[in-house]
Amino acid sequence: MTIARRSLLGASALLAMPHVARAQGRARLVILGGGFGGASAARFARDHYPALDVTLIERSQRFTTCPYGNLVLAGTRRVEDITFGYEQLAARGVRVLHAEAAAVEAEARAVRLADGTRVPYDRLVMSPGIDLRWGAIEGYDEAASAKMPHGWIPYRQPITVLAAQLRAMRQGGVFLMAIPDNPFRCPPGPYERISMVASYLKRHNPTAKIIALDAKNGFSKQPLFQEAWEELYPGMIDWRGASSDGRVMRVDTNEMALETEFGEKVKGDVINVIPPQFAAGIARAAGLAADSGWCPIKPDSFESTRVPNIHVIGDASVAAPMPKSGFAAATQARQAVAAAAAQLAGREVPAAVYFNTCYSHVGEDYGISIVGVFRASGGRLIEVEGAGGISPRNAALPGARRAEHRRLEAIYADGWYEAITREMFAQA
Amino acid sequence: MNRILVAAILLGSFAGGANAQTSQATLLAGACQGCHGANGAGAQGIPGIHHTMSRSEFTLAMQDFRANRREATVMGRIARGYTDAEFAALAAHFARPEASR
Repeated sequence: MTIARRSLLGASALLAMPHVARAQGRARLVILGGGFGGASAARFARDHYPALDVTLIERSQRFTTCPYGNLVLAGTRRVEDITFGYEQLAARGVRVLHAEAAAVEAEARAVRLADGTRVPYDRLVMSPGIDLRWGAIEGYDEAASAKMPHGWIPYRQPITVLAAQLRAMRQGGVFLMAIPDNPFRCPPGPYERISMVASYLKRHNPTAKIIALDAKNGFSKQPLFQEAWEELYPGMIDWRGASSDGRVMRVDTNEMALETEFGEKVKGDVINVIPPQFAAGIARAAGLAADSGWCPIKPDSFESTRVPNIHVIGDASVAAPMPKSGFAAATQARQAVAAAAAQLAGREVPAAVYFNTCYSHVGEDYGISIVGVFRASGGRLIEVEGAGGISPRNAALPGARRAEHRRLEAIYADGWYEAITREMFAQA
Repeated sequence: MNRILVAAILLGSFAGGANAQTSQATLLAGACQGCHGANGAGAQGIPGIHHTMSRSEFTLAMQDFRANRREATVMGRIARGYTDAEFAALAAHFARPEASR
């Protein structure tokens, strides 16, 4: 009895001293942004660090993924199939705050919400995602995006806007795309989009064409995509890289046209503009971004090189050679949480091994992938040599094996999507 | 006495934290879970890996993928990024429990 009372007294005396109270095990981990990075961080922190107080700040009650949005265009997924809630994360003990974050007050170590409330943290993991650079393509602003949808940030513009335009397009019409230079969210995404739009058109509008104007000369999984396009959608897809005047400089919403570097005006019946991007505004305003607009990080912890006690993961970070993908964000999330917990406890940050797989659907029963294993080494992120890479090209796969390989990767893509979303949203 | 108790409280909570010293295997396993599921149960044709193999079977499978001795879609490309020590750590994490020696 005496012992119990004394220990309680001891504990309350400790609580009066904030730095000791932290050491006592209720260090506050705040996670800002509930996408692939943030939701994965919350799940991982809650499962493996019972001593941490875990808060997730996310504006939306429901989260629609970017991955599989292209399958909504194809008509093989409904938007409800790719939309998730945070109830199960909350049930596991993550404090979920559905609120708009107004600012990060790094000196005070707090996130200020739009209503003025401050959420204090000992360590902050930010997975804020991207913003679009309005005006980087002349004339392409938010108003123009209603007419020429981007379909690249689901909470700003659901993929259904572009899907509705695709479905309403006249027979034999032109689906026109503008694709940005690197770096941007989801490197294979525009090419999976071309494929899934082609898949829709092949079934419902077979005389239609796709013209893709690209600001660069090469892209992720390019030989695999292009071989598949020839095989599945012959004559339908016209992809023009930067050296074929693919860079879009200007949009004309009245004429429904894109104007290229050398002044060609290309008209489209439906126009999808994926504009240049940068880290979300809240990260830039907090001083986390370099002149590039993206947030540099320490490769073993994803802690910002610019602001202490803040980790920046996912698309907003500078993590090349890792791609800006959902899987990459999830793998960064685990390491960032482990590093934050270690640093709070005065331990060494664990060795960093990161992993990514990006699957793309190219057609029915036709999937391809790119894989990478990455390590922090000598202050840099490096891709492990000899590992990873893209699926074998057609020539490397003997006849029967080829179809089976593509079919399996399509199935595995679906399995990946199910596994990662169930983990993020604590449904498994 | 009080000082000892205070120390005990701190130690206890640090133990909670130390428990939280997530093993390297837990971090490595995140890569597998991305497709094989949070609990390694697999989904949609992706094989389950939780308690489906012995440790030696698990390690051998990974080594075979790495050496291109076993037909794969993605696992060969993945396995070539990891060391034998990491295979062993993952085997201990995912394989069937074995009687302690």
